Amino acid sequence: MKIYATYNIKGGVGKTTAAVNLAYLSAADGQRTLLWDLDPQGAASFLFRIKPRVKGGGEALIRGKKPLDGAIKGTDFDDLDLIPSDFTYRHMDLLLGSANGRSAGKPAGKPTRRLAQLLQPFAAEYDAVFLDCPPGISLVSENVMQAADVLLVPVIPATLSVRTLNQLTDFVAGFNGDRPDVRAFFSMVDRRKKLHQDTIKDLLADRSVVTEAAIPSLAMIERMSVERTPVTAFAPRSQAARAYRALWSELRSEDS
Amino acid sequence: MIAPGLRGFVLSQGAPAVDGKNPAQDPLAVALAALAQAFTVVEDRGALGGGTRQRTWLDTFDWRLYRAGLVLEFERLRPRTGRLLLTKADGTPQAEQPVTGWPPRRPGLAENLPAGPVRDRIVALTSPRALLPVVGAVSTVAVMRLLNEDGKTVARLVTDRSTVTGAIVTGVPVTRAIVSGVTPDTAAADTTAAELPLRVTVTEVRGYPGQARRAAALLAAVPGVAQASQSAFAAALHALGRHPAADTSGVDTQITAQMPASAAVARLLLGLLDTLELNVDGVLRDIDTEFLHDLRVAVRRSRSAIKLLGAALPPGLAAPYSAEFKWLGDLTTPTRDLDVYLLGFGALTGQLLAATPADLEPFRAFLVRRRAREFRRLAVALRSPRFRALTDDWRKALLEIRDGGVPKRRRSSGKHRETTAAELALATTGRAFGRIAAQGGAITPESAPESLHDLRKRGKELRYLLEFFAPLYDPVAYKKVVGDLKQLQDCLGDFQDSQVQREEIHALADAMLAEHAAPAATLLAMGELAARLAVSQAEARADFSRRFARFAGPAGQQRIRVLLGEPPAGDAR
Repeated sequence: MKIYATYNIKGGVGKTTAAVNLAYLSAADGQRTLLWDLDPQGAASFLFRIKPRVKGGGEALIRGKKPLDGAIKGTDFDDLDLIPSDFTYRHMDLLLGSANGRSAGKPAGKPTRRLAQLLQPFAAEYDAVFLDCPPGISLVSENVMQAADVLLVPVIPATLSVRTLNQLTDFVAGFNGDRPDVRAFFSMVDRRKKLHQDTIKDLLADRSVVTEAAIPSLAMIERMSVERTPVTAFAPRSQAARAYRALWSELRSEDS
Repeated sequence: MIAPGLRGFVLSQGAPAVDGKNPAQDPLAVALAALAQAFTVVEDRGALGGGTRQRTWLDTFDWRLYRAGLVLEFERLRPRTGRLLLTKADGTPQAEQPVTGWPPRRPGLAENLPAGPVRDRIVALTSPRALLPVVGAVSTVAVMRLLNEDGKTVARLVTDRSTVTGAIVTGVPVTRAIVSGVTPDTAAADTTAAELPLRVTVTEVRGYPGQARRAAALLAAVPGVAQASQSAFAAALHALGRHPAADTSGVDTQITAQMPASAAVARLLLGLLDTLELNVDGVLRDIDTEFLHDLRVAVRRSRSAIKLLGAALPPGLAAPYSAEFKWLGDLTTPTRDLDVYLLGFGALTGQLLAATPADLEPFRAFLVRRRAREFRRLAVALRSPRFRALTDDWRKALLEIRDGGVPKRRRSSGKHRETTAAELALATTGRAFGRIAAQGGAITPESAPESLHDLRKRGKELRYLLEFFAPLYDPVAYKKVVGDLKQLQDCLGDFQDSQVQREEIHALADAMLAEHAAPAATLLAMGELAARLAVSQAEARADFSRRFARFAGPAGQQRIRVLLGEPPAGDAR
């Protein structure tokens, strides 16, 4: 089971659209795939037409009162399941802090390892897990980084975003034990903007963590919220879908 | 993902809709209308598992999977490529694996499947029998999505229109099996096709069990929609009029206690002839070793029946057939002996201490070559006019007796009331037991091996007699006697097989030397095998007295008295 997490400190950079489309492509490849919508806004759940609601809320899941298994919903696509968002996830920081990993008679663990613990039992059931994270740096993001094998970071090609990426890679480098691979990709790229072009050129030359594939800023991607379906599913031949496929194949080629 | 077998329904054939004016007559249209009350129903054209599906169900000739409550299905996905799916009879998935080069050009053993979970599950169960295609189905499968108010798929509806065809082409022609009153279960060389009633299945989407239940409840309330009571495989067998046989090699006759002995004997011999002929095609096509084994058992049983019960047949009939069946039995022996060797080869090499399995490889190759030669001889004989005349004439003669043609004259004379089946059973079985008790009792540790071999033959005869007349006996008493006898026979079998194989090894070593096919290491390894067999034989010999005492001692005698003293139960049938 390989765990991918789409993460950025900033919001509105294309985390959810990436998570949704990459999860869809993973399932289309025949991998049994699970997407966990950790963002209380519930955009990924919305895009799969699944109600952003979990019985007992985030607390029951994090404390282990309700099995995670029972929260899983099948999407409309083969091999792709989703754990929906819940509005109570907005308190997830507090929950993770207080849960302290103590649940169902298990010994206390580090609060940063709780999500990893919760996902562990699914290793046999799923080949790939995608975590769609809320923005910000918090105990949630730290949990996600501990659980993930690959941290997928969408970056808008602008100076500030690049600075944030640097902060993030430094932060991850300071981890003890397993560190996720940080893979950044350009998101919402507007090739007409000179700043975008320059930033991409510089960063690609400079940083090996950045993928060749980039996701352009396209109206078709915004249409996902109308279609409530991944763009890779409803417009597989579109430029947007091609961009996600290129990104996915680049990520997969790194596996082999 | 479409889970099979979940909430399945069968739709009766409603009156077809006329120009779409009266769609309410069509059960599927009514069912979809019922579902539309709660869901938006949309067809999913590209759904996994939808479209035209070609499936073949497989089992061994003796229905081993069926009897173990399993169903094995091959679905063709591309030419010579597909997947094997193993489920329980109720549709619960057990294992699945992709296969290429399938279906094989000729039925193969599960051992020859590529490694995978299906192979792992069935190999021990089916070995050494080959997997035969039993039923083929071509299905048009449509998948519909049931959507909730958000347009989310919360359940699926799978409709399956299947045409099934009998796929087995082994065994005797149907007509011949029917002649003697045997259901042509496994003999159906049929080309018949049947359309199954439309099957509709509601499948659950994970996390939405309530919606699937709701859809099923709506469907169940539609007139003409009934809960599916059997799997698609069982429905296919039913539609083709086939009933998996309990055991294709067993003796199953409908004899009754008061039946004239001649008719009873004719019936049981006809049953044996059916079994024999059922296996001929499988032998000739060399599908698996058990066809020849079962054919041989039928021949042996026929010979014993002719010998022990032949007096009940019209005078002069038994002797010539006795000779012909001996010819047939002897004909099959070399191939079977080599089959036994090759089947047990892995176990044999596993016993080696000094030599390695590789040392025995030339021996194995030699056995394979020899087996091919012997098999060719056997096949020529089974295709010969002599064999055809034997089975055809034998059947004709037996049918005449069974149907009362020959013995009638004797029965009507009044003076010589013909013996009944029960009387014949009592006399012959009692005599056979007595013979064993006397012969076995005379065996001492100093007795020659031949005395044990001979006793084994008598034991086989008794076993066959018990089986022939089994319908007349109390089942509990029968089981006890047969159980004791089996213990004794196993011991005598081990003793004799070890000796025969040991002698065989010497003969084969000579033959290999003559053909210059015997490296020294192979001969040494064969010597080790022979030594191992000598140890097994000595162990069996040491075990004999105890087992014989159990069978023929006072307690054993009491058991056989109970068996034969019971009032015949056959007439109650």
